[in-house]
Amino acid sequence: MEFTDEQIHRYSRHIILPEVGGKGQKKILQAKVLIVGAGGLGCPVGYYLAAAGVGTLGIVDSDTIELSNLQRQIAHNTERLGMPKADSAKMTFEALNPDVTVIPIKERLTKDNILDIINDYDIVVDGSDNFPTRYLVNDACVLSGKPLVSGAILRFEGQVTTIIPKQGHCYRCLFEEPPPPGLVPSCQEAGVMGALPGVIGALQAMEVLKLILDRGEPLKNSLLIYNALNTSFRKVKVPRRLDCPVCGENPTITELQDYEAEYCQIRF
Amino acid sequence: MENIRADKKINIKGLVCPYTFVKSKLAIEEMEVGEVLEILLDYPEASRSIPKSMEEHGHTVLKVEKINDKDWIILIRKEHD
Repeated sequence: MEFTDEQIHRYSRHIILPEVGGKGQKKILQAKVLIVGAGGLGCPVGYYLAAAGVGTLGIVDSDTIELSNLQRQIAHNTERLGMPKADSAKMTFEALNPDVTVIPIKERLTKDNILDIINDYDIVVDGSDNFPTRYLVNDACVLSGKPLVSGAILRFEGQVTTIIPKQGHCYRCLFEEPPPPGLVPSCQEAGVMGALPGVIGALQAMEVLKLILDRGEPLKNSLLIYNALNTSFRKVKVPRRLDCPVCGENPTITELQDYEAEYCQIRF
Repeated sequence: MENIRADKKINIKGLVCPYTFVKSKLAIEEMEVGEVLEILLDYPEASRSIPKSMEEHGHTVLKVEKINDKDWIILIRKEHD
């Protein structure tokens, strides 16, 4: 492909970088990234990936926009209350950059549909707000060998990690099983500071771009923890566990399972 | 030095920074290692910044010459992909 004059201008600050150049920008334009969730994390991830020119963005979200979302979910707006989030994200991101095609997927991910959905993409980003989806996405990425950039937020603290199946750790190496329902507060119960997902989502977007460009060191075998109140980042080593139930040498999880979605009872 | 043959020539007269460098970089990316790019430009600042940036990228600046009141020619040899 050849750049248009408009693309040369739009991506000039990327092209100038030795680590990107025209070749790297073409990789970005040809990349296909699936974002799970068009919420606090999915909005900034999608925003930056669309601005960067990621050619195809799949966005999975079955929810509609509610007023309580708008304190942090920056791809949506007040006029769009009630609209499906995946459609709103498509409008926002395609308006930002016409080079990007956004595919809205207004479904809940389940063990029956997830492998077909992620099959079309190079990289998966998890910005979901519940444990059943988080474990399902992890297991599906491990079983299908897809890189996964996972983010999580609660109150004033967030985490990011990058999972390269079989090369590094996976989510189950870190936390083998989801916590029992009711034990861990959901985001909605616990609250989240609005700018927090902006920080974590931007880190996830950067991880995705590094994977596309094959530059730098991804957060493989490590977990980055951000504490907004202390303004501190901690990078914790997370070795791959050879006895991990899904990515280990003798896995006990060889097919997908749906966990009961009992974590997010409070909806508003 | 007078008879260096350029393998590719671009005319970026009228362009200002950073597009002068963006165009030059895109051109050199498409070339083979060892080939020489000739850049014709008229933006004074770029006559200094392009050679500097190309050297930082590891390429060799063979010539920077003011050819008339307004225009420069720069010759760059591509040293690596």
